[in-house]
Amino acid sequence: MKLLVCISKTPDTTSKISFDSTGTKFNEEGIQYILNPYDEWYALVRAIELKEKFGGEVHVIHVGGSSSDMVIRKALAIGADAAFRVDIDPKDSFHTATQIANFAKAKDYQVVLLGKETIDHNASEVGPMLAAILDLPFLSYANKLEINDSTATVQIEVEGGVEVVEVQLPIVLSAAKGLAEQRIPNMKGIMDAKKKPLEILQAVECESRIQLVNYILPPAKTQVEMVAPENIDRLVSILRDELKLI
Amino acid sequence: MILVYIEHKAGQVKKVSLEALNLARQMASSEGTSCKAFVVGNDSLSVELGNYGVDEILKLPSADHLSQDQMVEVCSQIMASNNVKYFILGLSTLARSIAGQISIKTQSAMISGITGFRYDAGKGIYRKSVFSGKAFADISSTTKSSVLTVTANCFSAEPVGSQKANETIVELSIPAAKIKIIETKLVQGKTPLTEAAVVVSAGRGMKDPSNWGMIEELADLLGATTACSRPVADVGWRPHHEHVGQTGIAIRPNVYIAIGISGAIQHLAGVNNSRKIIVINKDPEAPFFKAADYGVCGDLFEIIPKLNEALKRLKS
Repeated sequence: MKLLVCISKTPDTTSKISFDSTGTKFNEEGIQYILNPYDEWYALVRAIELKEKFGGEVHVIHVGGSSSDMVIRKALAIGADAAFRVDIDPKDSFHTATQIANFAKAKDYQVVLLGKETIDHNASEVGPMLAAILDLPFLSYANKLEINDSTATVQIEVEGGVEVVEVQLPIVLSAAKGLAEQRIPNMKGIMDAKKKPLEILQAVECESRIQLVNYILPPAKTQVEMVAPENIDRLVSILRDELKLI
Repeated sequence: MILVYIEHKAGQVKKVSLEALNLARQMASSEGTSCKAFVVGNDSLSVELGNYGVDEILKLPSADHLSQDQMVEVCSQIMASNNVKYFILGLSTLARSIAGQISIKTQSAMISGITGFRYDAGKGIYRKSVFSGKAFADISSTTKSSVLTVTANCFSAEPVGSQKANETIVELSIPAAKIKIIETKLVQGKTPLTEAAVVVSAGRGMKDPSNWGMIEELADLLGATTACSRPVADVGWRPHHEHVGQTGIAIRPNVYIAIGISGAIQHLAGVNNSRKIIVINKDPEAPFFKAADYGVCGDLFEIIPKLNEALKRLKS
């Protein structure tokens, strides 16, 4: 089984977010980049589990410059067999999806996986766009994936519950919590990762379809009003009079 | 033309679709164009949608529930055949899956999770939340058509008139479904967390799953949906679908009440877009107090039962 996992890098969850004086560029100073958790913990690990069960290969693809090689090596250390990097800074989701689709087309991947969102842009756009460009069914926010011959049974998150669906391979799928359990790379994995192939690819021409005007930081929280624990009356008046809940 | 996809169930339009109509109306009046609604199914929504300023309903009658891949096809067809400039959807799990696909099929820009909107020199500028709630981005489209999704609880869902919208039946070709629904497992009777206006959430401070009765009681009294932090979902005290935070569900209710939750950064990432936050925690150093509008530092096992009693007295 040939599996492809799209991986992204994101600022570490605890990063302090700031922008340059024009408000159009993310300030990278002191930022630690990590492999996007949804790509790593769920999409990549489930792909590796499927390979362990059915045989085959897990490839990872990333769109970005050479500063991303660290996170790509981590994916290899966790268990991917080969990596590909399209050597261009992504302009928007459409640009990223176009680069990945250009790589994946005609390569017969049976399952293409990616995290449900990146923790920086939170857009969940690349997965559906990639599926549409490749003209494959898309399964959004999957938390279970089982494969039987050429049929995938997928459990997806919907409002207030889950839906179990069946679909014929090949598919594109976005991974939510529950799809797999996080794996920590071991020493052998880290050593092996250095010898695994990482191929650098040329980007294809693609115009961005959106334009960033600027970033804005949310207004600072006003001072918290502390209510004494015995002052239930004040708590009730907040709920009733200020927040109009009753 | 501006077209809004209307999600509905048993004759009832989803609130986030009504909120999407609010944005559509603002844009339609600024651009001097019409605001239409796209309805798939057999529900009659002329009265309700008329009240929300819809000029015309384009209706695809269908007795069957369409699969997501079929929805992508019919939405792309209607966009193309009606020269739609903006196709707008309320951000539901369905919209999150199909909107990006429709944008590709129609060569449109995709702007997802809109929380605010303004015109600047005749150009639409959309605001959305980025960096897991730590910042916003203002974005514009550079193509002639756009697919937009609107985040829940950001635009008003109040009706604006009392006219009946005309219904026009549209004919579209529905391809065979590629994705077949085998089973749907829904939690009955509660507003889904993503749509809830009020959320009562509890965490490890509850000490034991058997103590959740008071949380459910408070939620009932306030008409709220219950939620929980990651650790209590992980140990199975509460179901996974209640987990809000970075790896769980991201929510933005009007009021978020956090009880016995310390407020780790991963939790905040999923709830920091809530309009007002009330934190009840016995640890004065709990980081959540820094993100709160109101805080109570004390023992939840004393505060919550007293609060519930006071609310019950008030209601009776």
